[in-house]
Amino acid sequence: MGLDKLLVISAALFCCGLYAILTRRNAVAVLMGVELILNAANINFVAFSFYVSRVIGGQIFAVFVIVLAAAEAAVALAIFLRMYATTGTVEVDAADHLKG
Amino acid sequence: MGFIDRHILSLMTFLPLAGAAVILCMPKGKDNIVKTIAAVASFLPIPLAVKLWGAFDQTVAGVNVANQFQFVEHYSWIPSINVEYFMGADGVSMPMLILTAIVSFLAVIGSWGIKKQIKGYMALFLLLETGMMGVFASLDFFLFYVFWEVMLLPMYFLIGIWGGPRREYAAIKFFLYTLLGSVLMLIVMLALYFNSINPETGGHTFNMLHYMQQSTHNAWLKGFDVRILLFLGLFIGFAIKVPLFPFHTWLPDAHVEAPTAISVILAGILLKMGTYGLMRISFPIFPDVTVWFALPMAVLGTINIVYGALCAMAQSDLKKMVAYSSVSHMGFCLLGMAALTPAGMVGASFQMFSHGMITSMLFFLVGVVYDRAHHRDIDGFGGLGAVVPVYTFFVTVAFFASLGLPGFSGFIAESMVFIGAFTAFRTIVIIAALGIVIVAAFHLWALQRVFLGPLNPKYAQLEEINAREIFCLTPLALMTLFFGVYPMPVLNLMNTSLIRLVDVVKTVM
Amino acid sequence: MIRYAYIIPLLPLLAFFVNIAVGKRLPRKGDWVSIAAIGAGLAMSIAIFFEVFRIHDPNFKYHVVYPWLDIGGRFVVKAGILVDNITAVMLVVVTGVSTLVHIFSVGYMHGDPRYSRFFAYLSIFSFSMLGLVLAESFFFIYIFWELVGLASYLLIGFWFEKKSAADACKKAFIVNRVGDFGFLIGFLILFASTGVLGYDEVFQGIREGKVAGTLLTLAGIGIFCGAIGKSAQFPLHVWLPDAMEGPTPVSALIHAATMVAAGVYLVGRVYPIFTPDAFLVIAYIGLLTLFISATIALTSRDIKKVLAYSTCSQLGFMIMGLGVGGFTAGLLHLTTHAAFKACLFLGSGSVIHAVHSQDIFEMGGLWKKMKITAATFIIATLAIAGVPGFSGFYSKDMILAAALEFGMRHPQHMIIFVVTLFTAGMTAFYMFRLVILTFFGKPRDHHKYDHAHESPPNMWVPLVVLATLSFAFWFKTPLAEKGWFEVMVPKPASAVVTAAAVPTHPAGDPKSVHDAAHRGVLPAGDPKGDHDAHLAHKAHTIAMYSSVGVAGLGILLAFGIYMLGWVDPDKVAAKYPRLHDFLVNKWYFDELYEATAVNGTKALSRALGWFDLHVVDGLVNLCAQMGVWASSLIGKFDNAVVDGAVNGVATVTIESGSFIRRFQTGKLHHYVFILAGGVLIIYLVKAF
Repeated sequence: MGLDKLLVISAALFCCGLYAILTRRNAVAVLMGVELILNAANINFVAFSFYVSRVIGGQIFAVFVIVLAAAEAAVALAIFLRMYATTGTVEVDAADHLKG
Repeated sequence: MGFIDRHILSLMTFLPLAGAAVILCMPKGKDNIVKTIAAVASFLPIPLAVKLWGAFDQTVAGVNVANQFQFVEHYSWIPSINVEYFMGADGVSMPMLILTAIVSFLAVIGSWGIKKQIKGYMALFLLLETGMMGVFASLDFFLFYVFWEVMLLPMYFLIGIWGGPRREYAAIKFFLYTLLGSVLMLIVMLALYFNSINPETGGHTFNMLHYMQQSTHNAWLKGFDVRILLFLGLFIGFAIKVPLFPFHTWLPDAHVEAPTAISVILAGILLKMGTYGLMRISFPIFPDVTVWFALPMAVLGTINIVYGALCAMAQSDLKKMVAYSSVSHMGFCLLGMAALTPAGMVGASFQMFSHGMITSMLFFLVGVVYDRAHHRDIDGFGGLGAVVPVYTFFVTVAFFASLGLPGFSGFIAESMVFIGAFTAFRTIVIIAALGIVIVAAFHLWALQRVFLGPLNPKYAQLEEINAREIFCLTPLALMTLFFGVYPMPVLNLMNTSLIRLVDVVKTVM
Repeated sequence: MIRYAYIIPLLPLLAFFVNIAVGKRLPRKGDWVSIAAIGAGLAMSIAIFFEVFRIHDPNFKYHVVYPWLDIGGRFVVKAGILVDNITAVMLVVVTGVSTLVHIFSVGYMHGDPRYSRFFAYLSIFSFSMLGLVLAESFFFIYIFWELVGLASYLLIGFWFEKKSAADACKKAFIVNRVGDFGFLIGFLILFASTGVLGYDEVFQGIREGKVAGTLLTLAGIGIFCGAIGKSAQFPLHVWLPDAMEGPTPVSALIHAATMVAAGVYLVGRVYPIFTPDAFLVIAYIGLLTLFISATIALTSRDIKKVLAYSTCSQLGFMIMGLGVGGFTAGLLHLTTHAAFKACLFLGSGSVIHAVHSQDIFEMGGLWKKMKITAATFIIATLAIAGVPGFSGFYSKDMILAAALEFGMRHPQHMIIFVVTLFTAGMTAFYMFRLVILTFFGKPRDHHKYDHAHESPPNMWVPLVVLATLSFAFWFKTPLAEKGWFEVMVPKPASAVVTAAAVPTHPAGDPKSVHDAAHRGVLPAGDPKGDHDAHLAHKAHTIAMYSSVGVAGLGILLAFGIYMLGWVDPDKVAAKYPRLHDFLVNKWYFDELYEATAVNGTKALSRALGWFDLHVVDGLVNLCAQMGVWASSLIGKFDNAVVDGAVNGVATVTIESGSFIRRFQTGKLHHYVFILAGGVLIIYLVKAF
């Protein structure tokens, strides 16, 4: 395994996440896309840490991101629940109150 | 020295203002009391003026020497910008102070018939008198300027509220025109202020007498081009007031629209402020430019004389004719002053005094007939001499005084101007002397159309002049006659000062 | 008594004030106040005259001055009086005629509503005229000069209800002012050059050469302009005939005997200042006047107008006489003329009073009705016509002699004598025409004739007195070589400096010296040569015979035509209609002046009035209007640009906001898409 292959995996994963965010209407699916992107970033962190910088900082950062992603998912899911309670849907297109 | 002696000029100036304050405190509807207060307040300066006359030392000149001024009151007023309350009298201002006191009082009496808002009228009138007295008494330029402007405001309202049909136009014209002159004066005043140094304190100064010492000027102010500009600024400011051709057209309008007594003040006193300003301020501060500008001034004076007389002849409104005759007569003042000879200068000053009386009479008389016939069209009368002989008598006296008949003060003044000016400007005086023919012509022509010839039946029942009006006219007529036969009392007042003035100007030649 | 001469004018002044103030309430309406004042003046004048007469010194002079106007010593005018022989004579003439006219007026003006006013005016006139006579400086003579003008104005316009009177008084004053304009300039030139105003001081200054040459000539002509106006000389003579609108006593006093003679008096008074050129102007002006007026008098129908033109003409004789060097002759004619012309005028007043008409063709045969008037009138007419034995002959003869002498010395100016002589004949002719038409022949208007009656004594007594004074023996005993007037009023020495005065003539030119000597330019006391005396004598003899001849011829013609009917005057008039119209219309002077000076001035004044109202004031109003326009323009600018900018910022913000908000869809996908796109673009930019 070299750095290149890891970066390709990371980029593929990022693209999957971006695709999910752009195409999915369901908020949960979008959230999943976000999680994919975060994890793509994690792979980059770890890969660069291991091959390039040779310090532990990148891997620690990845752990932080995993924790934050968990918290984010929790907050996001709570929002979706409230959204579903008020509007009866979790479609992201319905939530366009910020439209100018 | 009692209080009155020490503050005689201030008293003359501010007693009318006090009267105005009292009048404003009066409740409504007490017209007679208001009139009485006004009469008293404007009468009080007369005894003071008599006292002034008696106490005046005719042998000291004044003009540009501070310690030769008399009845001086000199205090600091606004120390931060060096404004002083500086009043004093010399031979230049004495005749004007006396004239103002007399004419103002007579004008109040002449206003007795005013019906509309008498309270406001009298208050404004007294304010006006304060302004006039102040102008003639002040020796600080700033103070002079303040009084000059103070006079403007009441005049505006007196014409604008109590005037004839076109009063608003006339009032605005008068106000704006005069204000234009004032602005020029203000600019010159500031230029003088910032470019001269008070030798006593080292700061800037508004004191006119300091300006008259060239040593107080800085280098900029000593430049001849600058001095010409400043002189012309002042000159236009004063010329508007005189009024000199071509700045005279506010005068006929203002006169025609103003109520009688205000016309009297306007012609009798206000016009003199222009020539007085030239004598008091322009000539002594800028003697070099005065000499340089003497010929144009003489030409302007002559234009005034001849042009004013011809315009007067063309008028069909009696009051307008008298107004233009004032334009003509004020030309003599300028011609005499421009000559820069003792006879010319004294003649000019005496003309100011004499014209003050004669033209006051004329405007009173026009007012008399206007009050009765309600029009002033010269051709609309005819043969009044048979109906109102006493009135005719007064008009004849006033007209002949005005056309310069010997025996009246106008003749002395005019002939002194001619004699004084002839040595300086020969051709100009010959042209100006043509004016005496035209002046005679239009006076007599008007006299004929109004009073002689067959009686216009419309006025067969015209009311004769009443006692109050005779009371206004008699002192003026008697003074004109007395000073025409024996002018020395007035001439003595001004001789020393005016000769000094001529010498001050002449020494720079 | 001479010391109290200043009281003489003050008495009438006092009477004037009394009559103006309370005249109406006095008994007899105050006429006695004026009469007493002038009567006292007459008494004093006669006393002074005899005092001077007894001294009998041609150079007698009483001269006092008091300070009057003083400007710190830099300009001084003194008031004073000067009494010399001329003054003494003039005082008697003025107070004498004035007193008689006062007395005559009591009858003539009886019952007039403004009776006391009339006497007041007569008094102010007497005051002014006496002041003029006694004045000792150019300044004071000018003052009184104007004052007599005022009195004349008031008296001509006394019946101001008549339009013609109102016109006439105005005309008189204004025309006189035109002359006074010249007078003023003249005395200004003299003052500017010499710095003094008194006669003697000015003469002294001229003698010292302070003013000479053309300037002095101009000064002299300027002062003479005053005389042209006051003495009704060509071209300012037009006011005098119109002045006859005044009451007849006024015409007699002011416009015949005294005031109009003031011009002659003035020329005589300042005689030393005139240069030879100025004298020539004076002589020719006088000549034109005497001829023109006499021709007009030939055809006039109005008794007063004939007398008025004859006055003009006689004044022309005097002026001309002075101009040709006949100083004594001119002033003597002034004196004699005062008496007989006053008599003629008062006589005409008596006639008018009787028939209530002034047209001589409505009179005739009045001799039978009013014998005293007619007799006195005829005596005065004989005097004016120059019949020997009467005063007019004596004085006119002297004038003619002076003119002839002048003509003999300067043959190119002989025309003066010829025209004068011819006019003397005309004078006799038109005066006798007047007498014949008025008093002789058959009454032409019976109605008027029937009502005619002799006037009351207070009117005919003055006539008799004046007629008596028209005899020559008052002035010269028949066989005497010289009359007292000639002795007492000699020609004064000229003050003009000869050498400086005629620089054009090379020194030593015999002609110029000769000229100077004969025009009286050389200093007084220069003995006249035998040649001169001989010439003068010769001139005098010729003049005397020829003047008697033409007078006789004129009288004869008048009798022939108007009494015996040799020729019908109407036929003559019809034969020369143009000439007749020309004369009847007074040479069209009034029309000429009306068309030029009067209308010119009026048009000029109207034009200037228009100019003032529309151009000068128009400019002022234009300035105001432009101020209004400028302000409205600036107002618009302010509204559009300055405020527009402020509002524009707001508008742009709003517009751009509403544009940009379209991108704010609120849709998550859009945002992410743009985000991704943005990243891509950045990447592409960075990469290439």
